[in-house]
Formats: sequence, structure tokens, C-alpha cells
Amino acid sequence: MEISFQINGENRSVQVEDENTPLLWVVRDVLDLKGTKFGCGKAACGACTLHVDGEAVRSCSYAVKFAKGKNIVTIEGLGTPERPHPVQQAWVEEIVPQCGYCQPGFMMATAALLSKNDHPTDEEIDANIINVCRCATYYRMRKAIHRAAELTRETNLQSTENS
Amino acid sequence: MLFIGLIASVIFMESNEVASMKKYKPLERDSNITTEKAYDQVMQVLMHPRCMNCHPTDNVPKQGDERHPHYFDMARGENDKGFSATKCAACHQEENNDYSGVPGASHWALAPASMGWQGLSKTEIAKRLLNPSTNGGKSHEELVEHMTEDELVLWAWDPGIDANGQPREVPPVSEENFKIAVKKWFDEGAIIPSEK
Ligand code: FES
Ligand code: FES
Repeated sequence: MEISFQINGENRSVQVEDENTPLLWVVRDVLDLKGTKFGCGKAACGACTLHVDGEAVRSCSYAVKFAKGKNIVTIEGLGTPERPHPVQQAWVEEIVPQCGYCQPGFMMATAALLSKNDHPTDEEIDANIINVCRCATYYRMRKAIHRAAELTRETNLQSTENS
Repeated sequence: MLFIGLIASVIFMESNEVASMKKYKPLERDSNITTEKAYDQVMQVLMHPRCMNCHPTDNVPKQGDERHPHYFDMARGENDKGFSATKCAACHQEENNDYSGVPGASHWALAPASMGWQGLSKTEIAKRLLNPSTNGGKSHEELVEHMTEDELVLWAWDPGIDANGQPREVPPVSEENFKIAVKKWFDEGAIIPSEK
């Protein structure tokens, strides 16, 4: 069957034999967007986190049929090298990754959090960012999340001033 | 030799019995049950982990038949649906997912805190269920509708497979008999029998 959706600003259609195929498999193996990672396949680690209509979703546990007509954003669509998303900017500044495998998932979860709350407390970070990092970069991650929040507030302020 | 054979067959029978006990055995369909039996069947379902795991009294959903706290510190959050960026729906979709073993059903969420049942007695649970100030203002008719038609309630009999590919256990009363029992109990005034 054919399923159409928007991904990183582009309209795409994919053919799948099984409409319950995880969106993660389609994103990586059909659309060749390898930034979203397969960690556990059981909605446990968060490595596969992407956005569906602005909400963080664990794509290993999301049947592609549910993506029909939706707007998907993966780490590839979050920002560009010229105009990085505040989360990407903060991650670079704080040199967060170690092996890097879990990082796209964390960044997508953080971007979803900051889109709803641009001044999260440590408690709110703990409640919302529950992905797993085997290299234990949590300390740098927390700093980067606060820095990304700061950058997001600056961006929000500029767009209010310009409007 | 005969003795060893006997022991072996007893062990075999016992392990077979244990295995079959674990399997789901629906009760006989019985619409002539007494109101006390109806109440008892309703309570057997409500107190089963498939229902109880999402009716916590500590704001922490539970998982599995042994009712461990939901992994990764997941908690009630806002509107019983998790946190702003990590909602229940980040992992739980409209239906069970056989690839990940994550359960799913319509409007997946915790029951409201006022409907927390974990650790309560049958009588205390029944009182919370019937009391409009704790049950979300529901009348008896609305409770019957909720308990016999709501997709999330009925998920208990279609709980899918777990992360290891094993079918989840269903409640000890069949869906059909549960619905009969609910209607019977409410039809007869939803009397809470005194606890023995
Ligand atoms: S790969 Fe999806 S949560 Fe681990
Ligand atoms: S940086 Fe290696 S798993 Fe997180």
C-alpha cells in the first residue's frame, strides 16, 4: 500500500507491504534518512525519537500507517549547518556527544520540550527527557538543554520584536 | 522403577496443571448469576493487573503481571497523559504494536487520580467507582456504558504481546461474562456486599 506524508518539508509517498511497519524502518531504510537511530526497537531507549505533528514520538513503536497525512521532522530537518536549531547549536557549544549514537533522539526530545516550554527546570527536564545514553553524557546534556532553552528564548524574543 | 515412573508422572501432571492454570480459562457464560457473584466477577477484573496497572494511587503507572513501576520514571504528568514532551502517546498508539510489544488503545492514559485503586480493598474500590465525586461525575448508566463499551477498558481482553513476544495475561473473567456481570450488578442497584 502507498502512504503519503510530509517529511522535513517534502511531500513523500512510500510503498509498504505491511502498514504496521515501524516508521523508523521506513525513515531509515526506504527514505535513507539514517540520522534517526535504532537502539532497542521496544520504545525503551528513545534513540528513534522524531516529531510527528510537533510531538515527540518513538518511531520504532509507531506504525507507518499512522503517519498518513502527517508532518514528520527528523534530525536531518531540525536545522541546517548554516542555521542550526538552538538545540544543535547548544549541543555543539557544550560538546555533548561521546559515541553519538543516542544523541539525535535526545536532541529531538529536547526540541519537542523547548517548543512547549522554553524555560524548563531541572525537574521538568528529568520528567520529559527520559531517553537512555549508554555513554552517560547526561551531565553535559543537561547543560546543553539549559543553553538551548536560553538560545530558544533569544530567538523567540527576536521574532516577537520583528513581528 | 515403577515408583520412579509414578513420581515422574505426578511431576509431569503437576507441571502440566501449572501450565494450564496459567492459560486463560473463560468462565461459563451464565446470565443467571446472583448479584453477589456478579459483583465478585466485576471485582476480579478490576483488580487484575491489566486494569489495576493504570489505576495507581502513587501517580506511577505499573507494568507487567508483577506490577513493577513503569520503566524510566514515567509518571502521571499533565492530564493523566504524561509530560509535555514525553506523553504516553510518544510510545502508546491507538492499537497494540506487535513489533515493539508496546500496548496501545484509544485515549491511552492513566485513570484519574481520584480513581486510584491500587492497595485498596474490594469495598473501597467499589465505593470509589460508584461515588460521582471520585468517578468523574458518572451515573450508574454512564458507568455501565464506560465499563462495557470503552475501548481502553475492553483492551484488557486484547492486551497484545509484550516486549519479549509473549501474550499478556487477560483477566480471569471473559469479556462477555464481565459485561453480563456489570449489567447484572448495576441492574440490581450496585449493592456492595459486606466484606467477609
Ligand atoms: S529504538 Fe525506539 S526507543 Fe529504542
Ligand atoms: S553518546 Fe554514546 S550512547 Fe549516548
